[in-house]
Amino acid sequence: MNAKARKPTAGDFASDQEIRWCPGCGDFSILAQMKKVLPEIGVAPENLVFVSGIGCSSRFPYYLNTYGVHGIHGRAPAIATGLKTVRPDLQVWVVTGDGDALSIGGNHLMHAMRRNVDIKILLFNNRIYGLTKGQYSPTSLPGHVTRSTPYGSVDAPLHPLSIALGSEATFVARSVDTHTKHLGAVLRRAAAHRGAALVEIYQNCNVYNDGAFEYAKDVKLRSDTLVELEHGQPIVFGAKRDKGIRLNGLAPEVVPLGNGTDASDLLVHDETAAEPTLATVLARMRHPALPEAIGVLRAVERPTFDALVNEQVEAARAREGKGELADLLRAGDTWTVG
Amino acid sequence: MSDNALQAATKPIEELDSVVVRFAGDSGDGMQLAGTQLTNTSALAGNDVATFPDFPAEIRAPKGTLAGVSGFQVHFASRDIYTPGDLVDVLVAMNPAALSENLRFLQPHGTLIVDEDAFDARGLKLARVESNPLEDGSLDEYQVIRVPLTSLTREAVEGAGVGRKLATRCRNFFAMGLIYWLYGRDLEPTLRWVRHRFRDRPEVRDADVEALRTGWNFGETTEALARSYRVPPAALEPGEYRNITGNQALACGLIAAAELSGKQLFYGSYPITPASDILHELARHKRFGVRTFQAEDEIAAVTSAIGAAYGGAMAVTASSGPGIALKTEAMGLAVMFELPLLVLSVQRGGPSTGLPTKPEQSDLLQVMFGRSGEAPLPVLAASGPTDCFDVVLEAWRIATRLMTPVVVLSDAFVANGAEPWRLPDVAGLEPIEVSHPGASGGQPALPPSLPRASGGKAGGAASSAGTGFRPYARDEWLARPWALPGTPGLMHRIGSLEKQDGTGNVSYDPDNHEHMVKLRAQKVANAVNLIPDLEVTGPESGKLLVLSWGGTLGVCREAVERVRAAGGGAHGNGTGGAHGNGTGGAHGNGTGAVAHAHLRHLNPLPANTGAVLARYERVLVPELNLGQLALLLRARYLVDVVSLGKVRGRPFWVKDVTGVIEEMLA
Ligand SMILES: Cc1ncc(C[n+]2csc(CCOP(=O)(O)OP(=O)(O)O)c2C)c(N)n1
Ligand code: SF4
Ligand SMILES: [Mg+2]
Repeated sequence: MNAKARKPTAGDFASDQEIRWCPGCGDFSILAQMKKVLPEIGVAPENLVFVSGIGCSSRFPYYLNTYGVHGIHGRAPAIATGLKTVRPDLQVWVVTGDGDALSIGGNHLMHAMRRNVDIKILLFNNRIYGLTKGQYSPTSLPGHVTRSTPYGSVDAPLHPLSIALGSEATFVARSVDTHTKHLGAVLRRAAAHRGAALVEIYQNCNVYNDGAFEYAKDVKLRSDTLVELEHGQPIVFGAKRDKGIRLNGLAPEVVPLGNGTDASDLLVHDETAAEPTLATVLARMRHPALPEAIGVLRAVERPTFDALVNEQVEAARAREGKGELADLLRAGDTWTVG
Repeated sequence: MSDNALQAATKPIEELDSVVVRFAGDSGDGMQLAGTQLTNTSALAGNDVATFPDFPAEIRAPKGTLAGVSGFQVHFASRDIYTPGDLVDVLVAMNPAALSENLRFLQPHGTLIVDEDAFDARGLKLARVESNPLEDGSLDEYQVIRVPLTSLTREAVEGAGVGRKLATRCRNFFAMGLIYWLYGRDLEPTLRWVRHRFRDRPEVRDADVEALRTGWNFGETTEALARSYRVPPAALEPGEYRNITGNQALACGLIAAAELSGKQLFYGSYPITPASDILHELARHKRFGVRTFQAEDEIAAVTSAIGAAYGGAMAVTASSGPGIALKTEAMGLAVMFELPLLVLSVQRGGPSTGLPTKPEQSDLLQVMFGRSGEAPLPVLAASGPTDCFDVVLEAWRIATRLMTPVVVLSDAFVANGAEPWRLPDVAGLEPIEVSHPGASGGQPALPPSLPRASGGKAGGAASSAGTGFRPYARDEWLARPWALPGTPGLMHRIGSLEKQDGTGNVSYDPDNHEHMVKLRAQKVANAVNLIPDLEVTGPESGKLLVLSWGGTLGVCREAVERVRAAGGGAHGNGTGGAHGNGTGGAHGNGTGAVAHAHLRHLNPLPANTGAVLARYERVLVPELNLGQLALLLRARYLVDVVSLGKVRGRPFWVKDVTGVIEEMLA
């Protein structure tokens, strides 16, 4: 890529690999948004690394002309942690699926977030195991009939964002594969965040779980089924923006605006709140009882793991001087023979 | 120093060429400390030393019980020694449980020092002994020195102002003082240690010092000990020495390898006995640029290391058998990625949680084959504490030269044991050359902690057009280029799916897969050209070859030398008594026919291994497992080696091996 001559474009970030997702898969639209966003975030392609686990979603790095690591099932956050620790100069993204991140890799996901490793984790949630041909996943809804649950799933599903908030992630957001403008904006915000960012992306698997997020994707429905969060603003939604979310005790409820109810009665979004309490309330609003929150639920600052590790090294060197190998070997009592 | 006056002995002195002492007590009695101090003091006195810390997995099992017994065996000598000794000359037993667990290690007529205060009804009951061994005649064959050790210690430290509980805990210093008197050891190194360790707790410091001196004085005055002994310095190679354990040497080796290759060291690990001390040691050395990462599990430990390797660091992960089991999938990933990575396996008794603190060599086949698919990687094994340093340097050389993960095996015996280490001349250590392909337009923008790319080795990697970098191009060793993220123009993707050779693109092509499987195997096999031939000591051919690997080196060498010495008429030495009537001069004929060789490289095996094995009528392979190396040798060379396997949670005794050698030569 010739960076000097012109600004990079989305096309510059396309690799020469043939894309092998099923036609119509939601992954395509996420990839397209990523390619569009990358030229805008001010990081040279050689300083970007995409790390993934295993799953349809985890093929993502092959299709971007950046550095990339397609790892093993569930381990991408750990691979990324090691990489970012020794190379804080790189911008590191993790691409993972609902099975990859929340089932086999749940442990690593949790610890990467609580350490606040400066990595941006994109969790493609299709509520199914795509690559292994359609078994239920940790986010599949109760009763879901899949090839491994012919009588319906009896598992209670996980809320990915509750896990993120419970694990002290400093950036937590949600978007939808085909809600392109919104997704692009969320990716840009994630790119700009310093610390562990978790973005849940509703992704349609049109082969094994088609329509799982139809309520959120359908342009006619989504103004009533989603609320787009805006920092500092009362939470308003609806095609005519005539509904809002109000807190009744600790429970959110929908209220129509007008007839004496106005924006001042509504919950005001604060993504910078020190405690993740409000974010948790918003994260757990579930269709069809409530509209689901998309956008940035939480964005707070906390020192990153990689920075702290490297600061300790620098501080030790400043205090004690750079280590000399001969001194290290000679540690403790020594004696001389001959 | 007034301590010198204290040390002027008045009783007769006898010279010995080697002594084995074992301290045994409760886990809370400070036996590991006593052993370590005696080891350091003896090393400083110029002796060769070898140690065997023998402790339980429980931190503090109920006081006074058999489960809580902790021991530390020290062998010091005025000559080169290779083992911590089989049976011991002196056993210090701090309570009845320690006595009943350890009496089997005391040689006939050996010296037994006991704390008689601990042999009360309560102590006997905790140890589940019916009658008091001090009274019932069962110890008659030993020289028993009864010391009211607890009461004397409490009295001695009264002035220091510590409470009764702390006073009792000084008993180990009393025992040390007594042993120091017995062998004329200098108190000063231990006094120095105490003063430093308890610089903020003067009352503890004073109590320990008093206990140590009182123990010494007890030796001087008690009528039970008629004489003391001296073990003169050994004729070690000239140089500067320190005492070092295997795990400490591994840590030093890792830091040295990182420096020699201009790399920052990343160490991903999850705590596990007996590997944790490597993590503890490395975590202290931040100023060497070491990044230690205590991961959430063993899988994260190894995969974070793989991420660090991709980023250009010297990446290392370590564990013991159960943790290595968790790492196996990721080790396969490292094979697929063809990235340099060190995996250290400090073996312990298995399977499963097994015997966490005890040595075994039963994970050889695990690291050889414990991965899915055809996934060979080089395997090296450390032969003793100081060898850990060298083996790590060699492993990192191989890993970077071939772009492959390498396994280094150690075990609980090698890891915790200590011996004098002649410090290497740092300036004389050979640099480890590592290069990274650079961009045509200049050097990659790397943080200052990473070396600049030299563009050297991957000459063929970048195509002439400047685009289409080939991450799986091959050099003369079949190694691929180690291209680092951050380098303009070399953006590439690596992945766990099969690679097309050259491009590194995903490929399911059958011809390519077969080619790649064979190529990765060939690459590892090529390491044979990086390792020396197998060397034999003793006859070049003949009746019997003893072949050792890993931590059994010392025992096998000692065993072969003893049998040879017996056959050649050069009879006996200090530890000769340790194996009782084992290797008497009975084998005048044929003992010259035993040779010894040691394998440091388990994969690939040295080029001449098959030829060496073929030169002997029989081959004996002693290992702390049920015949894992034997299995490999039989399969590879069709040689019917004789396997000597023991899994008793302790190293071989020399007599275990000499006994079999004698049978085979008879
Ligand atoms: C250790 C291991 N176990 C199981 C598999 C099989 N496997 C591959 S992908 C996958 C599930 C992927 O589901 P998800 O993470 O939701 O990704 P998606 O394909 O839906 O994008 C499984 C179970 C594997 N590759 N490795
Ligand atoms: S199986 Fe589903 S998730 Fe996977 S590529 Fe096809 S549509 Fe996409
Ligand atoms: Mg999925």
